[in-house]
Amino acid sequence: MNILYSPWSWYITGPVIGMTVPLLLLIGNKQLGISSTLRQICEACLPSSLPLLNYDWKKDSWNLFFAGGVLIGGWIGGILLANPEPVAISQSTAAYLDSARVHDRSGLLPSELFSWSSLATTKGFLMMIVGGFFVGFGTRYSGGCTSGHGILGLSALQWPSFVATSCFFLGGILFSHLVLPFILAL
Amino acid sequence: MKNIQYLLVGIIFGLALTKGEAISWYRIQEMFRFESFHMFGIFMTAVPTGALGLFLIRNWNLKTMEGNSIDMPVKKYHHGVIIGSLIFGFGWALTGACPGPLYAQIGSGSLVTITTLLSAIVGTWTYGRFQNYLPD
Repeated sequence: MNILYSPWSWYITGPVIGMTVPLLLLIGNKQLGISSTLRQICEACLPSSLPLLNYDWKKDSWNLFFAGGVLIGGWIGGILLANPEPVAISQSTAAYLDSARVHDRSGLLPSELFSWSSLATTKGFLMMIVGGFFVGFGTRYSGGCTSGHGILGLSALQWPSFVATSCFFLGGILFSHLVLPFILAL
Repeated sequence: MKNIQYLLVGIIFGLALTKGEAISWYRIQEMFRFESFHMFGIFMTAVPTGALGLFLIRNWNLKTMEGNSIDMPVKKYHHGVIIGSLIFGFGWALTGACPGPLYAQIGSGSLVTITTLLSAIVGTWTYGRFQNYLPD
């Protein structure tokens, strides 16, 4: 297979992601943190007197350009250079997903769960809408997400970011084992 | 002009997330079930790379391209760091995405993820609305 289309191994992906931390600082003293863009979009689109949102979103407009870049990067990686093969997940994960009736492996997301037609079902609503709400609510409450706490904060040896990242994983592990199987069975 | 540079770094970041399959719901499930090293390998190489960059910036007292000083990131603890992070973990398991991958998923052709992004924006607003009633 052409090397342009094959997926990247973890030892290429990780350093490229980590490299953006010093890069943003060197370009203009900017700190990696994508969940902040959710707050900016709130402030830009839903003007209100909430203290959290009461700040000048234009001051941090760089981050919206960064997020726009992430979207374009997703297009280059997921469409222009799309991997024609299914994601090479482990056999045990594949067996679990088969048992949970998640059979589609054609893209990066299973279409049984993430599609316009499943949006109107209880399962799809929980996965996409409730899940999205948790992502937006939780990251703002926590003060960062996987990029701000997990990459930047850990790189800077900030102990609150270590607590946050541990709790991201703890929440995800507990939910994946204890709750998600019931949602997939709906 | 400056913003074009941030856009370019964003493209590199989004491309790495996508080609590294870190935006894939399958990979996130695999990670939370401890059934592959892939995602852990990404974290375990990304963080030291970022840390090395920060170390060099501090050690050589590097400035920004305009010659301004660079601030080291400081993250403060509050109880939301635990509560909010757990809630985000639930959302990560459901959607297979953090905020960055939400943008990359949309770019990679999953247009329905726009609804997830909108819901995340509503979630952020809701936190702002009820912030004063929540344990800090």
